[in-house]
Amino acid sequence: MSCSGSGGGTCQSLCRRTKDDEVQPPPPSVSPKDGRDEPGSKVDQSLCSKCGEEKPAWNSLCLACFRSSLFGKFKLAVTSNAMISPSDKVLVAFSGGSASRVALQFIHELRCKSLKNWDASKSQGLPVFAVGVAFVDESAVGLNPSIGMSNIIEEINSVVSELAPAKKELHVTSMEGLFCKNFDDGRSCLNELLDSITDATGKEDFTQYLRMLSLQKIALDNNYTKLLLGSCASKMARLIISATVKGQGFSLPANLQYVDSRWEVPVVLPLRDCLAQELAMLCHLDGLKTTQLFNSPVGINGLVSSFVARLQEENPSRERTIVRTGEKLKAFSFNKFTQDGYYDFLPSIIRPKFQNVNHEESKPEFLCPICGSPLSDSEWKHLKGTKGMYQTSIEMFASQCCQSCRFQILPKDTSSL
Amino acid sequence: MEEGKRAVGRLCSICSQRRPALKRPKTLEQICRECFYAVFEEEIHRVIMENHLFKAGERIAVAASGGKDSTVLAYVLSELNRRHDYGLDLFLLSVDEGITGYRDDSLETVKRNEIQYGLPLKVVSYKDLYGWTMDEIVKVIGLKNNCTFCGVFRRQALDRGAALLKVDKLVTGHNADDMAETVLLNILRGDIARLSRCTFIMTGEDGPIPRCKPFKYTYEKEIYAYFKKLDYFSTECIYSPNAYRGFAREFIKDLERIRPQAILDIIRSGEDFRISSSTRMPDQGTCERCGYISSQKLCKACVLLEGLNRGLPKLGISRTREAINGSERLHKTGRLPKAEAERPILQSKPCGNLEF
Ligand SMILES: [Zn+2]
Ligand SMILES: [Zn+2]
Ligand SMILES: [Zn+2]
Ligand SMILES: [Zn+2]
Ligand SMILES: [Zn+2]
Repeated sequence: MSCSGSGGGTCQSLCRRTKDDEVQPPPPSVSPKDGRDEPGSKVDQSLCSKCGEEKPAWNSLCLACFRSSLFGKFKLAVTSNAMISPSDKVLVAFSGGSASRVALQFIHELRCKSLKNWDASKSQGLPVFAVGVAFVDESAVGLNPSIGMSNIIEEINSVVSELAPAKKELHVTSMEGLFCKNFDDGRSCLNELLDSITDATGKEDFTQYLRMLSLQKIALDNNYTKLLLGSCASKMARLIISATVKGQGFSLPANLQYVDSRWEVPVVLPLRDCLAQELAMLCHLDGLKTTQLFNSPVGINGLVSSFVARLQEENPSRERTIVRTGEKLKAFSFNKFTQDGYYDFLPSIIRPKFQNVNHEESKPEFLCPICGSPLSDSEWKHLKGTKGMYQTSIEMFASQCCQSCRFQILPKDTSSL
Repeated sequence: MEEGKRAVGRLCSICSQRRPALKRPKTLEQICRECFYAVFEEEIHRVIMENHLFKAGERIAVAASGGKDSTVLAYVLSELNRRHDYGLDLFLLSVDEGITGYRDDSLETVKRNEIQYGLPLKVVSYKDLYGWTMDEIVKVIGLKNNCTFCGVFRRQALDRGAALLKVDKLVTGHNADDMAETVLLNILRGDIARLSRCTFIMTGEDGPIPRCKPFKYTYEKEIYAYFKKLDYFSTECIYSPNAYRGFAREFIKDLERIRPQAILDIIRSGEDFRISSSTRMPDQGTCERCGYISSQKLCKACVLLEGLNRGLPKLGISRTREAINGSERLHKTGRLPKAEAERPILQSKPCGNLEF
C-alpha cells in the first residue's frame, strides 16, 4: 500500500522525518546548528540549512525539509488541539486555492500514515478517520461566468480521485441550494437576498456566511463529524485587522482559534500557522494543481488585504506578528472540544497537555444570528435595552444582531424586509 | 412638491436655515458652519462630562505644540471652561528642546494662542528638565544616536514639565484618528501591553500626573475644519496634515474614505479587546530617581542622563533599534537628517509634527 499520491515521492521523506516535525524549524536567518561543523569545515550556503544535503528550494530549505516543516506545523495543530479522533469523518472544504489544496494533501497523508500504523498494530487500536471533500459552487454570486463550472468540477474530481488509496467522496453543492429545492427559484432567492445588502463589504461577508452554511449542510447531510478549512496565518492576519476595523474587537478571537464548535459540525483550522506564500510555494514545487476561483476582496476587506500585503512585503514576519497579537486575546468556550470522553481517543502523552488549555470562559455566550459573533457587553445591553420595543419580528431579529452586522448587512430601513 | 423637497435637502440638516458647509463624517449629516461649531463644542463637552475628566478647582495644563490639534483643544477647553463653569485653572504647556532655529515657529504659534485665548503659557526647556539642551547633547553624542535621546526625553518632557508646574492633570490633543492608528500599530507590532491601555481616555490616574484626551472621539477632519475658525493669521499652516503619512495613517485615511465610521469602530474594537489572562504583562514600577513610570530601577531618561553627566554618553543607547522601531517619533527636521533615511514604516506621527 503506497501513499504517494500526487504529492510524489515526498511522502516518504515525511515518514522518515516524523520526529523532527515536532520541532519548529529554525528561522532561515539562523545558521544551522547541526553537529557537523567540525573545525575548518564551513557551512555550505548553497545547501539546505536544515539537512545540509540538498539544494535549497525555498527560504534556504530543500524541498523535503520545507515540506516537512509545513507538514509538521499541520500535524502539531491537529494533535495538540485534538482536532481529529479515529472515529471522525472529516470533510475538507476545497476551494481550488493552494491553502485548501495543501490541507487536502496533508490530511490525506496523515490518513495514510494512520492506516499504516493501524495495519502494523494488527487492528488493536481504533479505526482510522475517514475523509471527504466538499466544493461549494458559487457561480450564482459573481464567479466569472466565462469559466465553465463543469470543467472546474471535473478538474476537482480528478484531483480528489488521484488521492489514492481509499476513494474520497466529493460533494458538490451550489449556494442557492440553501434556499429552495428548485434551482432557478433558489438562484433568484439568493440574488434577491444579496441585492438587498447595499454595503459591498457586508455583501461579501454575508456570502462567506452562506458558504459556511453550505458546507455545514453538506457535512450534516452526509454524517461528517468535522469540517476542515484551509485558513492560513495570512488569512488570519487579515481577519484580525478587518474585524478590528469593523468594530468586532470583542468577538474577533472566536474566529481565530484552531477549533470552533459553534457550528453543529465543529470547524478545525490545522493550517492556521502556515503563511499563504508558503502554501502557494509548496503547491508550485510539488506540482499540486490549483485554481483561483474567488474574486479579490472588495471594500474594507480589499483595503485590509492590500494593507497587510504591503506590510508583509516590507517585513516577512509581519503576518505572524499580527496573528501572535490575536492569540493573546481571550478565546471563547466554544473554541475547544469539551465533550466528556473525547479525551479518551487521545494518546496518553497528549492528554494532559490538552486538558491544560486554560478554560477562562465559562459564561454562556449569546451569538449574533447572522455572523455568529458572541455579543459584547455593550451589544448585550443594547439587546436588553430594546427588548419589548420592537413592533415586528424583523425588528426583533435586528436587535439580536451584532453592531457590525446591523451596520453593514441589515438594511437601514428594516420595514423593507 | 418634488422641487420643494430638494430645496430643503440643500439646507443644513440641523437648523434648516443656512446652506450646509460640510458633511459630518460621524453622522453623514450635511450641516452649516455655525451648527458645526456648536455641535463640535457640545460633543467635546459631553465627552468631558460623561468621562468625568475634570474636577472643579483643578490645575490643568494643555500640551501645546503649535499644531492644529492642540490649538483647537486649547481654544475649545477655554471656551467650555467659561461657558459651562468647569472652574478649571487652565494654561498652556510647551517644551523647548533647545534646538536652534527648530522650535521658533511653533513657539511663535503657541505664543499667539496665549494672547488669543487668554491662557497663560509656560515653556519648560530641556535645560530646565534635564540640564542639557538638545544642541548640547548632539555636540557630545553626534547626530547618529540623538534619536534615542529625542524619543526618551520627549516622552517624559511633558510629565516632568507638568510636575515642575504642580499641575493636577495634563490634557493632550490626541484625536480619534490618532487613537485608531495607535490601536492598529500596537496590533501590527504585537505590543499587547500598550494595546490593552491605548484606548483609555485617561491614563496614569494612579501616577503623579494623569493624562487625558478629550478629542478621543473627535475626527481629525473636523478638528481641521474647526481650525479654520481660529486661523486668523496664516492661510497655510506650516504643520500641513500631509507632511507625513505612515502606512497605518494612510490606511486609516483610505478606510475613512469608504466608511467614515471605521475610525470609531477601530477605537471600539480597542476598547473591547479582552487580553487573555495567561498573557504576561510587564510590571509597571517607577524610577527610583525621578518617579517616572519604568519597568527598571532607573527610567531610560535617567540612565541616559547619567551617561551624559558622567561623560559616558553611549550609556543606555544600545537599545537604539528599539527606540526607532518602537512607538517613539523620529526627527524629520532639516537639522537632523540622519534618521530620515531609516524612517520605519510603522511609526506614528514624526516628532517634527510635535503633537504630543
Ligand atoms: Zn533539507
Ligand atoms: Zn453579526
Ligand atoms: Zn445649521
Ligand atoms: Zn528624534
Ligand atoms: Zn528616572
